[in-house]
Amino acid sequence: MVPLVPSFVEPLLPANPAQTAILETHALTRRFGGLLAVDQLNIAVAGGDAFGLLGANGAGKSTLIKMLTTLLPPTSGTAMIAGYDVARQAARVRREIGYVPQMGSVDGALTARENLEVFAKLYALSKRDLETRIPQSLANSGLSQVGDHLVNTFSGGMGRRLEIAISTLHRPRLLFLDEPTAGLDPIARDSVWDRIQGLREDDGMTIFLTTHYMEEAERLCNRIAIMHLGKVAAIGAPQELKDSLGKPGATMDDVFIHYAGQVAAHPEG
Amino acid sequence: MKTAPNDLPLVQPGLEMSSRIGAWRLAREFLTATSVIVELEVRKLRHDPTELITRAVQPMLWLLIFGTVMSKMRGIPTGGIPYLDYMAPGILAQSVLFMAIFYGISSIRERDTGIIVRFLVSPAPRTALVLGKALAAGVRALSQTLIVYAVVILMGVHLNPNPIAHVGVVVLALLGAACFSLFSLLVASFAKTQERFMGVGQLMTMPLFFASSALYPVAMMPKWLQVVSHGNPLTYQVDAMRALMLRGGISTFGLGVDFAVLSIATAVMVFIAGRMYARIVT
Repeated sequence: MVPLVPSFVEPLLPANPAQTAILETHALTRRFGGLLAVDQLNIAVAGGDAFGLLGANGAGKSTLIKMLTTLLPPTSGTAMIAGYDVARQAARVRREIGYVPQMGSVDGALTARENLEVFAKLYALSKRDLETRIPQSLANSGLSQVGDHLVNTFSGGMGRRLEIAISTLHRPRLLFLDEPTAGLDPIARDSVWDRIQGLREDDGMTIFLTTHYMEEAERLCNRIAIMHLGKVAAIGAPQELKDSLGKPGATMDDVFIHYAGQVAAHPEG
Repeated sequence: MKTAPNDLPLVQPGLEMSSRIGAWRLAREFLTATSVIVELEVRKLRHDPTELITRAVQPMLWLLIFGTVMSKMRGIPTGGIPYLDYMAPGILAQSVLFMAIFYGISSIRERDTGIIVRFLVSPAPRTALVLGKALAAGVRALSQTLIVYAVVILMGVHLNPNPIAHVGVVVLALLGAACFSLFSLLVASFAKTQERFMGVGQLMTMPLFFASSALYPVAMMPKWLQVVSHGNPLTYQVDAMRALMLRGGISTFGLGVDFAVLSIATAVMVFIAGRMYARIVT
């Protein structure tokens, strides 16, 4: 193969990971008055990855997710999703992403099927898609038997799986999950994990999740970033992060405490 | 059975066709999103219609107590119509205003439950979402119009014999509900909490009500209040309602001006509230 550019400029191969990135930020920044919530952040998530975002409360995770899901405009810097700019091409970005918010965001006074129908219409799915995807999605989520039950009769795990079903009905390429198993019992948590893994492995969806559970991050994610004071303190595969401590037998808890544990005052300005 | 991995159409539309199809699709998606929001709100109302009933009490009290007492005195120049007749359209407009101005609280509730985030991350245009909310407020306005008409007929108000004119009154109630509920959504987008929202809501209702021609003609007001009332959409809503609802009712500004002011104010509010709607979650 003949190099097209002299090798001292930049090697052509191996490919820059950014080339296959489905999500990429450049110096992404968000200020609230004097508070720098997200500070010059650069991250890239490759298509097919399961990316875990960890960090103490107030590290900037929620602000970052809000910017990436087009809910909050960045103060400066850019974020690209599937090749579209979250600030300038928000409408296009919204077609490519699904978002499972932190709180129970389904209408309990409606049935599971009705909830799915409402959002299918909001995403302008055709009638044919609506008729095939809703039963399929209920089956994949283990909710076929209770599709016509009111959602406020659901257990925590069923509700969460329904929320994931709603968020993926339009088949997004990138799915954001904000603390997907917070407050669930171990059995319900397992069922949610299975569903997330199914979406990644069977449907090829890229996963971007935040969590406070190290076990969850390790089980689901092939890459993990730890945020601290609006910046990425560490990023890598779970094993790489553990190795980086240079301590035999280090766990993800150790990693988290090492990179996000120091209590520091917010920098001025 | 295998399904296709994605739903690309087998034949791509020609380039010259695609922009027309795009515009058509955009319009259809806009209307679908609007109707989804209306449908959701109506479903909720059907589930719990208590609000419709409690909201009916206030206009009844205004008409039965305030109206009966005030019609005894003749100090207000109503242009020759009985005072009860004069105030009836004003009370209809007022009851719609009070409902609409607090309508934004439903969005704050949706913010607290997290469901609004789902609307905002969907590709549905935000102007379509707020328009859906405004039309849902209109559904509530319809039930209030029905109740006010029932009371007014029982009290012997002299109504316009032309049925078409009353269709106009219904349209005005819808427009007023849309306009003020959008204003309410805008306030909710900035207030973000129920407590702050209720405070601001209380602060707004009385000035809007008193700086309008709901209870007395604008000409009776001191000069400065007249200026304020001319900037108040409620003044035009009441003016047109009075002309259409009552036998011998006349409009001060002209029906064309009244409808134009209300329609333009509503359109501007759709635009502004749509632009600001996402602030509610930040």
